[in-house]
Amino acid sequence: MNPLIPLFVAVPLAGAFLTMIFGKFVKNLNRYIGLIVLLFLAIISYYSIVTVSGTVSVYKVGGWEPINGIPIGIYMVMDSLTAILLCIINTIGLLAVFYSFTYISQYTSENYFYALFCLMVAGMNGVVLSGDLFNIYVFLEISAISSYALVAFGVEREQLEATFKYQVLGGLASLLILLGIGFIYWKAKTLNLADIKVALGSAPEKTHYLLVQMLLLSGFGLKAAIIPFHAWLPDAHSSAPSPISAMLSGVLIKAAGIYVILRLFFNMFIISEEVAILITTLGALSMAVGVFLAIGQWDIKRLLAYHSISQMGYVVMSVGVGMILVARNTKPEVASLAIAGGLFHLINHAAFKSLLFLNAGAIEYRIGTRNLQEMGGLSQFMPATSSTSFVASMAISGIPPFNGFFSKLIIIIAAIMAKFYLLALIAVIVSIITLASFMKFQRYAFYNKEVQKDEKSPKEVPFPMVASMVTLGILCLLLSLLVLPQVRDIVLKPAIDILMNSQMYISPILGM
Amino acid sequence: MVVYLLCFILFLVGLYGVVTRRNLVKIVISLSIMEFSVFLFLALIGYVHDGVVPIVDPANPDARYVDPLPQAMVLTAIVIGLATTAMLMSVIIRIYRKYKTLDIREIKNLRG
Repeated sequence: MNPLIPLFVAVPLAGAFLTMIFGKFVKNLNRYIGLIVLLFLAIISYYSIVTVSGTVSVYKVGGWEPINGIPIGIYMVMDSLTAILLCIINTIGLLAVFYSFTYISQYTSENYFYALFCLMVAGMNGVVLSGDLFNIYVFLEISAISSYALVAFGVEREQLEATFKYQVLGGLASLLILLGIGFIYWKAKTLNLADIKVALGSAPEKTHYLLVQMLLLSGFGLKAAIIPFHAWLPDAHSSAPSPISAMLSGVLIKAAGIYVILRLFFNMFIISEEVAILITTLGALSMAVGVFLAIGQWDIKRLLAYHSISQMGYVVMSVGVGMILVARNTKPEVASLAIAGGLFHLINHAAFKSLLFLNAGAIEYRIGTRNLQEMGGLSQFMPATSSTSFVASMAISGIPPFNGFFSKLIIIIAAIMAKFYLLALIAVIVSIITLASFMKFQRYAFYNKEVQKDEKSPKEVPFPMVASMVTLGILCLLLSLLVLPQVRDIVLKPAIDILMNSQMYISPILGM
Repeated sequence: MVVYLLCFILFLVGLYGVVTRRNLVKIVISLSIMEFSVFLFLALIGYVHDGVVPIVDPANPDARYVDPLPQAMVLTAIVIGLATTAMLMSVIIRIYRKYKTLDIREIKNLRG
């Protein structure tokens, strides 16, 4: 039993609670509570990723031991994949909170902001730690409801419209997920992920199985904004305050969407080839359509939001290639390479996309507009913002030596080795269009116009914002180190092993 | 079997409402109808014919009990559904203050 596991949920919940009670009386207490909570979580998540290394540790909530080998309590499971996701969530969360110190002071009721932020982090940590299907749903709703409120934080016309759209589609997604859970419980009579795999057996009833898979895929696909389900994402992610956009785009769609799809389809279901091909197709589709929708945008944050769809397409496509190979039971080393590429790109996307959203927030903070046509020549006034956004733009478009290059390279190599030449071609073309789109962003925002420096010209943003952006920029470079075999074996390899071999996940949980 | 079909029809009624209604409040009502059809389905899963309340009675060891777990799930889901509905309604009140209308065709700042 790992005593750290419940802290990932309990500490941010307590933080939200304390903020709401004491935040009103002591000035600036709310932001320090938020910072301390996230700092603590980040430290214990780094500790976990170092110590977990291939083991699976289980925490039984309330100490309910299994009876006759049947798990009856709620299980929280920490394995390597979970540890990676926890690191992403809490690192980006920490930097977003620090960034909010000055950014959110433009808004009223900061107390609610920090309380909702802690709740959202608690929900996401819960989703990735949970080993129980219904518990995933509950934590998903905690993070979703707090993100609905945070998207509408400005309570202006656009934010309200965006949050309404987000809530209706998010509610629909939750219902599909709940219906899927109901159908699973009907046949399996259990909710524990590992136990479901055992209960449904190796030769499940085909129609029921497919129905459940489709319900859960569309539910979590809505949460992850894979292409046919993407309508809410550009609105919600562009209307939210910038640190929240960074959290939504950088973390929420991964923790609540992609992670759960990975966990369910690799560890709970037996992957069938049809479903794997469907997932790959959806991934390739969102990769291509997302980038074409992005290229015509003039609003920075909408542009970035469409790129989120496209970059998530890379992850889904790559993981889907891995799934196809696992289902065919051929070329395990190529399958593990494809999954490695997907996971690596997931980590990288968290770093550079949150950085880009923080840059967009910094520009909006100083200029007051998000329209690319109304800016220009900012590089001489805001050197830190300009240089970090250059780093992030190069990383997302896959220019060496930044992290995005290596993950895209692995994805493309894996697709070629698996003989999916068309997918590799699409990935290359999308990467080139992404580069073009970010060239446009760089040019219109930071260059393009010669402006004389005078008193009215914009200054660099305050220290907390600069510090967060620079840290993320350095992370974009450092994450390239994950491509080295020594580092990859510690971080990525155990997670891939867990996904490829679900027995490694099931045995420790059921105590077999 | 008929009950499950009725439950599914209720789900479709809600979905039809979400897709076709123009009034924000009616969309939320339709979403709630869908929600309750799912809750009904969950409660039906746990139903056992001739089952009794799941409190173990030592005097009657052969009693058939209904499954309590879906009931607990439904209770949790109802609480979550309440939070979602409250959140949606409060957003609708705010939207009405800003736009002076509840017609979804007139609320379209965000496009593209």
